Amino acid sequence: MTMAARPLVHKTAMPGLGLSAGITIAMLSIVVLLPIGALLLKGASFGLTNVLDVVGRERVMASLYLSFKLSLLAALFNLVFGVLLAWVLVRYRFPGKRILDAAVDLPFALPTAVAGIALTALYAPNGAFGSLAQQVGLKIAYTQAGIFIALVFVGLPFVTRTVQPVIEEIEQEVEEASATLGASRLHTLRHVILPMLAPAALTGFALSLARAVGEYGSVIFIAGNIPLRTEIAPLLIVIQLEEFNYDAAAAIGIAMLVISFAMLLAINLIQIVSRRKMGHV
Amino acid sequence: MSDATLPTFRTATEEAPLLRIALIAIAVAGLAILVFAPLAVVFAEALRDGWLAAVESLGNRDARSAIHLTLLITAIAVPANAVFGIAAAWFITKFDFRGKAFLITLIDLPFSVSPVVAGLCIVLLFGANSAIGSWLVAHGWPIVFAIPGIVLATVFVTFPFVARELIPVMIEQGRTEEEAALTLGASGWRTFRTVTLPNIRWALLYGTLLCTARAMGEFGAVAVVSGKIRGQTATMPITIEMLYNEYLSVAAFSMAALLTALALVTLLLKTLLELRHADQLAATRRH
Repeated sequence: MTMAARPLVHKTAMPGLGLSAGITIAMLSIVVLLPIGALLLKGASFGLTNVLDVVGRERVMASLYLSFKLSLLAALFNLVFGVLLAWVLVRYRFPGKRILDAAVDLPFALPTAVAGIALTALYAPNGAFGSLAQQVGLKIAYTQAGIFIALVFVGLPFVTRTVQPVIEEIEQEVEEASATLGASRLHTLRHVILPMLAPAALTGFALSLARAVGEYGSVIFIAGNIPLRTEIAPLLIVIQLEEFNYDAAAAIGIAMLVISFAMLLAINLIQIVSRRKMGHV
Repeated sequence: MSDATLPTFRTATEEAPLLRIALIAIAVAGLAILVFAPLAVVFAEALRDGWLAAVESLGNRDARSAIHLTLLITAIAVPANAVFGIAAAWFITKFDFRGKAFLITLIDLPFSVSPVVAGLCIVLLFGANSAIGSWLVAHGWPIVFAIPGIVLATVFVTFPFVARELIPVMIEQGRTEEEAALTLGASGWRTFRTVTLPNIRWALLYGTLLCTARAMGEFGAVAVVSGKIRGQTATMPITIEMLYNEYLSVAAFSMAALLTALALVTLLLKTLLELRHADQLAATRRH
């Protein structure tokens, strides 16, 4: 390296630098950075001890714990089901496969409020699934089980969509080699295929988890929203805002932002580590 | 030699037939319970009192105003996002600069922020009790509890959609075609219109579709900034919530069915794009 610093932007004859950089940075600032900055500023003016005080309240802690616990469970479910689904959709041929493949994306396309009232109608005690569950003495809607189902719904596509392209790229020779060397099919799946899918599956898992922690629309209808039991963290923010408690709302918002950033960091680390290990993601 | 005498072989790279059938059955049953059942319920509940009641519930003034508002918000937010996506993708893929990875992370940031937190951020920046907000309100430009706030919230939650689809495609296509056009004397705009745009149009359409679906359906962020004023700032998803909480089930599900129909159209178009123009979409979209 020479002493000269690397230039901020390399010189090129390509036009539109000022315009494209200008639009990008201006919109990024107005839409994303300034609003997030306003949240952090609000937290700073409220004071760290006050923020921690609000976050430490029993009701807030309970809601953060609940959001995180159920999101983790839902993401784990989606990890297993998502890998299975991706495998079935790539490797097997059966009638209706295309419809199934397209249906995986429905949770992305369906508005969360619609998903919320539909799931509630389905799992409420007088709903199609809810009445079945009640016959065996289970209550799903308005309990944590209902929140779990809503979070499974919104996170469903992530793992399948990250794993699918990886399965498509697996070269048959690898599996053949494993079989030739005497491995049973299950042994090959477990020790050859699964490790190849792991990085993508973990990325999908983390994305699904991040989505679930912040989810609001699909959850509030089915949750019942009982403080300390079925009240999720985003709902607490809405309640604080409705009472014009901007400081408290900001405190909870910052806690959630920190959790999101931690997860974003984790996703990036997974990708960096797996890129080093596998040569690609 | 007749086929019947041949023993059936299973290649070593396939699962046993029973396992295969079991896995397919789990996949089908899982999607039926998790995805198809909620979808069916939306339409079943909407049509519970017949077509007439469903259609009638969409015809009243508040419902029509909600539909108008959602279309208006989508019509502003989606083009804004497309312009941003094109500009960001051009900036990121046509130039080499420091901090590119960081910029991409910032663009992706809205995906990892809860929509409610996004709404909260906008309220704190532009709300009536913030410095900027009170100045804007005093000059007759309220943002929060008004349409500009809903647009901002919608653009926030859909922010990365278009850029994310364009960046991988434009990286793959490189810069040589544009450089050739420029060398031959084409202006920057002409190069973009006649060289770049045809190359990225399907990816652009794909990103725009995803963005549209999310923009029409956004609930959490909009719920925080809209103020839920009936006939003024209540979008379709907000109206669904209000109707549902008032136990107007048929009306709520009729509006939900309308949004669901739009979502299904989006899904159909998206699937068609994946089938027809796979080679011009980001690699992860090809299957």
